[in-house]
Amino acid sequence: MANELLFFMEVLVGGLLAGTMYSLVALGFVLIFKASATFNFSQGAMVFFSVLAFCGFMQDFNIPFVLAFILAAFLMVVVGLCTERLVLRPLMNASEDTVLMATIGLGYVLEGLAQAAWGVEVRRLDLGIGDFPVPWIADNLKLFISALDITAGLVAAIMIIGLFLLFKYTKIGLGLRAVADDAGAASSIGIPLKHIMLLVWSAAGVVALVAGMMWGARAGVQFALVDLALKALPVLIIGGFSSIPGAIIGGLIIGAVEKILEVYIGPFFGGAIEGWAPYVLAIFFLLYRPEGLFGEKIIRRV
Amino acid sequence: MKPIFMTYTKKDLINLAVCMVLSVLIIPTFIKTEYWYTSILIPWLCLALATIGQQIVMGYTGQLALGAAGFMAAGAFAMFNLILRVPDLGFVGSLIVSGLIAAAFGILFGLPSLKVRGIYLMVATLASQFFIIWMIDKFGWFKNYDSSGIITAQDIVILGKPFTTPLAMYFVCLAVTTILTLLAMNMARGSTGRNWMAVRDMDIAAESMGVSLLRTKVQAFAISAFYCGVAGALFAFCYLKSLEPVAFDIKLSFKILFMCILGGLGTINGAFIGAAFILLFPVLLNAIGNNVFHGAIDATIISSIEQVIFGLLMIIFMIYEPLGMAKLWENLKQSLRSKLFSSGIKNLKSSAQKSE
Repeated sequence: MANELLFFMEVLVGGLLAGTMYSLVALGFVLIFKASATFNFSQGAMVFFSVLAFCGFMQDFNIPFVLAFILAAFLMVVVGLCTERLVLRPLMNASEDTVLMATIGLGYVLEGLAQAAWGVEVRRLDLGIGDFPVPWIADNLKLFISALDITAGLVAAIMIIGLFLLFKYTKIGLGLRAVADDAGAASSIGIPLKHIMLLVWSAAGVVALVAGMMWGARAGVQFALVDLALKALPVLIIGGFSSIPGAIIGGLIIGAVEKILEVYIGPFFGGAIEGWAPYVLAIFFLLYRPEGLFGEKIIRRV
Repeated sequence: MKPIFMTYTKKDLINLAVCMVLSVLIIPTFIKTEYWYTSILIPWLCLALATIGQQIVMGYTGQLALGAAGFMAAGAFAMFNLILRVPDLGFVGSLIVSGLIAAAFGILFGLPSLKVRGIYLMVATLASQFFIIWMIDKFGWFKNYDSSGIITAQDIVILGKPFTTPLAMYFVCLAVTTILTLLAMNMARGSTGRNWMAVRDMDIAAESMGVSLLRTKVQAFAISAFYCGVAGALFAFCYLKSLEPVAFDIKLSFKILFMCILGGLGTINGAFIGAAFILLFPVLLNAIGNNVFHGAIDATIISSIEQVIFGLLMIIFMIYEPLGMAKLWENLKQSLRSKLFSSGIKNLKSSAQKSE
């Protein structure tokens, strides 16, 4: 009995921590959605692009870790700048769906560029944190929890707190919220819309880089990261598109439910239900609470 | 212009006649290489058909869906099982039934569209994509317990006659595509299509005018999935000649989405233009890579470049011409017409008088 409970705890904790990885990807979506009400479908491609660039800098040019990180982050700022200039500004008055489709195109561009520049083979990324159980926890609590999962959880927590503080207490954060509320009104009182957009896209790029590093260390840096990032979509639906805590809670729910279903129900269906279970969960949420747990209620005016 | 036959005007009938002459007489007489049929014309027709399905739900009804490949897989595997288990149905019968089976999935996964729209709906339709592929993959029955993972498609036999040569398969695809395209045009122009477009343009207004949202949306999803299902069955039986769930992954869904958007949302001819472009462009790029650079550029680089160009085109079209290539084609025709007939204004006047 105790063993079964322990096993359940292990599955649950493992799922929760894996969920923070989804949260990290979802966070990038939320940042952009919060500031511009734009759904950035290319976030997954940004994850792939940034971490592949990071790997490329580190492995092909032998640039040390920290410098490679800075370079990759800088590259994401450049990507943000180009996106703001070349994609978003011309589409300022376009409908939501049009912008969404343009970001799908942007995703394609980033994926293609990344592969053209750094090749298509799977790269190994070693962060110096092993993806194996931490001995201390295994000995004392009898739970087998991966060190990488714990790191991802910690990184996610730090980023959330940082972003939360930024949004809540700084002038930039106030500007961000103003732009999100009403871009026209915000720019008319002198909030520099361009800078705000650039800032948000750069921040989303850096978040993507961090998320990519976590995923890359676990699954290798490869094209499949883009598909994994799609799982951030159900996370967003559950948590709400405009809520940073929502991204976290949504990620935790998806992570935990997916693992528990996989372990306890999966075997009856031949396994691998992880692939679709989050989406079906998202559908149920959509039917009962379309705005997500923490999202603002969507009101459509005629 | 007045319709002559059903909803078709004189112009439509001329277009149809030209297309038919081109595809039935001219192409088979002049194109003898099998490559053109097996690698370009057949997949073009199949994917154009699937793109029409995507058009119905996305271009006409305005519902952002991203699961065409899932419905195609449903259609393809339904076809395989029907021919295997119910041989009495025949090829055409199986094709129709497999379309209907895909339509059933379409209804099931289209239901969330009643509550949500935009990106939310996209996520809901992604569920269909992943679920259908997983289901086929995990339950051996669908694959007739074949362990190799790739199943050879049965030969096409219609009324006792085998259709196995590339040319014969081309005609099968052509016939099905023609019939379904005409039907789609009919629906799009009739009350069905008007309801779809009303829902697309302003669903609340449409509802207050008495258009049932439930009926219209579910209908659009069902018909769309039917088209995708039939297209998927043809795709597997005439083009791939094998059945594997991997062939219908999310990438194919994105491809069809691109065909639909680049071709031109809300147009039937856009589906054909878009499918042709997405299919032919990589062929062209490869030819350039082989002949101009003599293979100096790696094939993976070429496919990456292709992806970048598709993405860029998507952005450019969204910014400058959200109505896609069909609209460009329309503009081109317009400007040619006004150049050819230098008295463009007179022309307009006379056509205005005619229509009166």
